[in-house]
Amino acid sequence: MATETPPPSKTPAQLPSTEEFVAVQESAEFGELRRSYRGFAFPLTVGFIAWYLLFVLLSNYAGDFMGTKLFGNINVAFVLGLAQFLTTFLIAWWYARTAAAKFDPKAEAIKSRMEGGE
Amino acid sequence: MSPAFNPTVTLAAGEASEHRTLIIILFSIFVLATLVITVWAGRQTKDAADFYAGGRQFTGFQNGLAVSGDYMSAASFLGIAGAIALFGYDGFLYSIGFLVAWLVALLLVAEPLRNSGRYTMGDVLAYRMRQRPVRTAAGTSTIVVSIFYLLAQMAGAGVLVSLLLGITSDGGKIGIVALVGVLMIVYVTIGGMKGTTWVQMVKAVLLIAGALLLTFLVLLKFNFNVSDLLGSAASNSGKGSAFLEPGLKYGATGTTKLDFISLGIALVLGTAGLPHILIRFYTVPTAKAARKSVIWAIGLIGAFYLMTLALGFGAAALIKPDEIIASNKAGNTAAPLLALHLGGVDSNWGAILLATISAVAFATILAVVAGLTLASSSSFAHDIYANVIKRGQATEKQEMSAARYATVGIGAVSILLGALARDLNVAGLVALAFAVAASANLPTILYSLFWKRFTTSGALWSIYGGLVTAVGLVLFSPVVSGKPTSMFPDVDFHWFPLENPGIISIPVGFLLGVLGTYLSKEEPDTGKYAELEVRSLTGTGAV
Repeated sequence: MATETPPPSKTPAQLPSTEEFVAVQESAEFGELRRSYRGFAFPLTVGFIAWYLLFVLLSNYAGDFMGTKLFGNINVAFVLGLAQFLTTFLIAWWYARTAAAKFDPKAEAIKSRMEGGE
Repeated sequence: MSPAFNPTVTLAAGEASEHRTLIIILFSIFVLATLVITVWAGRQTKDAADFYAGGRQFTGFQNGLAVSGDYMSAASFLGIAGAIALFGYDGFLYSIGFLVAWLVALLLVAEPLRNSGRYTMGDVLAYRMRQRPVRTAAGTSTIVVSIFYLLAQMAGAGVLVSLLLGITSDGGKIGIVALVGVLMIVYVTIGGMKGTTWVQMVKAVLLIAGALLLTFLVLLKFNFNVSDLLGSAASNSGKGSAFLEPGLKYGATGTTKLDFISLGIALVLGTAGLPHILIRFYTVPTAKAARKSVIWAIGLIGAFYLMTLALGFGAAALIKPDEIIASNKAGNTAAPLLALHLGGVDSNWGAILLATISAVAFATILAVVAGLTLASSSSFAHDIYANVIKRGQATEKQEMSAARYATVGIGAVSILLGALARDLNVAGLVALAFAVAASANLPTILYSLFWKRFTTSGALWSIYGGLVTAVGLVLFSPVVSGKPTSMFPDVDFHWFPLENPGIISIPVGFLLGVLGTYLSKEEPDTGKYAELEVRSLTGTGAV
């Protein structure tokens, strides 16, 4: 499957060769980075989409429940809606923290070895 | 602006007329300031990386502000506030989807894209594929999504003008739409990404400040008692406690409920496929800065949507629903009307507030329109012209001048289409753009980054299949024909019952990517995938 034109052509001249990329892709170190990133991001994505869809379905088909007043004029629908905001903020913060602590050091180690190794 | 400005025409809402002058002054100040920024940015725009990516020198915070400015469109400000004012809780549902969607961008797309692409969404889509066909597909879907989105902004501009300047004639509205079109062409051709980014940052600050001011005034009226605010909104709306529960807009029948699910899916999956948002991540130097931009954007956009709650319910509580509908059928003018009522109808404060908020809304539209135009013209120049027509042999100069010509073309097209869409709710129109983005772009972005087996055929099936399904279903939906609120109310060729195609077209887009991959005999380019995967996760060789 040869490409007809070189893709991003003006990347830095020291871009490693395809063989080197394949070797890194198959290395245990990169496998570890991939596993920790995917293991975090994929289930979390499934989780927040399911939580959002649950909210959408409740809004549609559980009107009585959503209309239950909790305090004053504030009902379950509002509390759940605001909970979506809150979980979005929390997940964003959690991801940023995890990425900085777990993914960045691994990624940087691989990157500096590949770019410095030329 | 002179043919559009006619002091003898009375306002739709019947207010005093001297504030028109004020609106025009404030708006002119904004336009002048942004033109100065544009010319200044234009002087510093020397090579393609400046034009497409603003030199990649913005900080995470600056870009977060610009991303918010790019995202909080007329749909967010006018559309959501209006939808809440008319339908209560169901309007709020929009903002939740618009916000949660950012997590997809944060967790799966922003950083890999920044690490492996250069200027456009097509850079990543085509990375491991045969360049010409996939770039053509990526360019096509970028332009289609951006034009849908542009349509919404143009509709918002037309609506604002008819309220504020009392222009009811079609000629006057088209004149304003044309003015917006000309300004956006100037911003993009002269200022490129650098100018556009600064315009978006200025606009984001103005919009958030304007929303804060209105929110404060609304809450002040109700002694900071949110429950009272909601109670007054419910009783003034004439719909009682149903106004505070889901169902007023989408709960009528099984079909409208299905439409709501469709909308919800489109909103949450659309953001990470919007080209004008994705190219913003190229304006920062590293993937970490891209991550920081999204975190800032989530904070700012979330805070803004919380404020639209106060604006929408405030408008519902303080303005008679008939007045909102009389001013604009789809509720798009609720926020400016709220400003007028908060300051006091017939008082100077009312006029000043109305003028300020209207100028902010104009600024919002201009900035978003500039971002959309830049996304589509850079995709035309970089994906289609440089990599397809010139087969990667175009010089930077040729590429940039192609982008400038494309800007003029896209400006012209959106002026023409904008005139057609002026009575549709702008949030609804934007939701269609989200559906198209989620169907045509997101599947290929995710498969390209994460699925080893994915091939060129899979990408083409997914992009074109998702695009044609989404746009086709909209064409035969009640958005276009068959209802009094349709784009063409006098004819009826609709057979698809839902207004939003997402529930069908998004699964179709994902499924076709798999089918196209397995049904063709093509082998995936594993070497290229190794490059893309390692680069996207580590940043090796990032420009």
